[in-house]
Amino acid sequence: MTRGVVKAPSRGALALGAIPFAAMCFTVALWDRVHPLILGLPFNLFWLMLWIVLTPCCMWGAYRIETAAGRRTPRGS
Amino acid sequence: MSPAATALTVMIALVAIGTGVGFLAGSRQRMSLEQWTVGGRGFGALLVFILMAGEVYTTFAFLGVSGWAYSRGGPILYVLAYLSLAYVASFFILPQLWEVGREHGMQTQPDFFDARYRNRYLTGFVCVVGLLAFIPYLQLQLDGVGIIVAATSFGHVGRITAMAVATALVIAFVFANGVRAVAWVSIIKDLVMVIAAGAIGIGIPIAHFGGIGAMFAALAQAHPGHLVMPGATANLGHAWYITTVLLTALGFYMWPHIFGATFTAKSADTLRRNAIVMPLYTLALALVFFAGFATVLILPHAASGDLALLTVVRQTFPPWFLGFVGGAGALTAMVPAAILILAAATLFAKNLFRPLFAPSMTDDAVARLARATVVLLGVVSLGLAIHGASTLVGLLLTGYAMVTQCFPGVVLGLYWRRVTTAGVFIGMIAGVLTALSLMLSGRDPIEGLNAGFVALCVNVVATVAGSLATAASQTALESDLH
Repeated sequence: MTRGVVKAPSRGALALGAIPFAAMCFTVALWDRVHPLILGLPFNLFWLMLWIVLTPCCMWGAYRIETAAGRRTPRGS
Repeated sequence: MSPAATALTVMIALVAIGTGVGFLAGSRQRMSLEQWTVGGRGFGALLVFILMAGEVYTTFAFLGVSGWAYSRGGPILYVLAYLSLAYVASFFILPQLWEVGREHGMQTQPDFFDARYRNRYLTGFVCVVGLLAFIPYLQLQLDGVGIIVAATSFGHVGRITAMAVATALVIAFVFANGVRAVAWVSIIKDLVMVIAAGAIGIGIPIAHFGGIGAMFAALAQAHPGHLVMPGATANLGHAWYITTVLLTALGFYMWPHIFGATFTAKSADTLRRNAIVMPLYTLALALVFFAGFATVLILPHAASGDLALLTVVRQTFPPWFLGFVGGAGALTAMVPAAILILAAATLFAKNLFRPLFAPSMTDDAVARLARATVVLLGVVSLGLAIHGASTLVGLLLTGYAMVTQCFPGVVLGLYWRRVTTAGVFIGMIAGVLTALSLMLSGRDPIEGLNAGFVALCVNVVATVAGSLATAASQTALESDLH
């Protein structure tokens, strides 16, 4: 194992995984505000809850890409 | 009965039922564990969702999150982001880790370092870092019990007495092999916590403001600054938010007990599919945010943020319900404490003490040492909890600053061929020393950045530089071996 290293995730899956990081973490300065209140929630709280729901969508896409890539190049190649 | 007596009776009854079930199930280990797995497969989607949502309500989530929502405001939003992003990060790490683990028969986090880097001093150091991170985490759980019991008994039972009793119960729990029974206690705890969170998160805003929207509208009017960063703090701004989310999202799976659980998955695919749905459970935390923010207007001058939520529960609901919440909360603190203390003791005896100091030790002797360690760790954490003055969130972030230092060793170990044992060792030492020196000297956050994240950056740079500098000699050594 000292030399054997696992296959890296595909670029497409990594790009989809980067979307939630961008939306919930790096862009905080853009959405960290109280107004407009949406569904009775402050905007920042609403934004984060929205992305908690959208994150599984991104990761489902990443899953499709990863499993498709796994089928084309079987493990150990 | 006085309100305090009612609340206390309900709470003690709930804790007694929970621990009783734990001890009973523990005495028929094999049987109950099988039932649990089989039962688990028979549960419907709704019950499974309720149980998983209940898992989200830890002592930290319940009292820590509401406490910071009360005392700090906006910065606590980091919790919603980091939990979701931890699952995103896990999608790219755990399946690969599982594959490697299956190939090499790994069971614990030190096993990974042992197989990848083949140096018992590095493996030992990983154990020490894990133990250092566990102590504030354990202290957090004990602190939680102290706060809950003090509030539920209207101050009649002191914090210290409550923590001492809880510590004794946790040690007894672990000694009686009750950890396998944790599954049963968890079912009770999860159901109770979902009910409590629903009642508190929706009930408090309705009782005091007429609704959740009305509560936020009032808060946005009275204290608009409290709802955004830096909230009521001077230095927890956007830079702190980004660095803290990154530190905790990347560190989540580095906790030794969570890391080890990866190897119990059925397949790498199970881990991937889990990572897709898990963020949804974070939504359950929203209720705690509602309750925490509501307390800002209801109770403008609480003595302690961590205590604020329970004080408002006491004002809003009948005493028996306060006891119900207190009992669930106490179980919620004691169950993870039992898991943590057992994991830490095993780590110490099996992965640290035996390989380094007594290679000839028998398995029985290791088991005895682990049990002695359980008592020692319990007492140390109790001592720290009695004297410590940190908030619950502060304690958790201290643990994260330590445990995330394992991240470069794990991820580079999986994906980068040229990482060397010396590089990882240098990086981890540099990271841990940076984190300790910044935090112990009170420089967290530093320049608006999370100190643990600064330490992680130092760690990554040192690991990469150290690996590149020592790569030549290691390759030579390897070609000698092959």
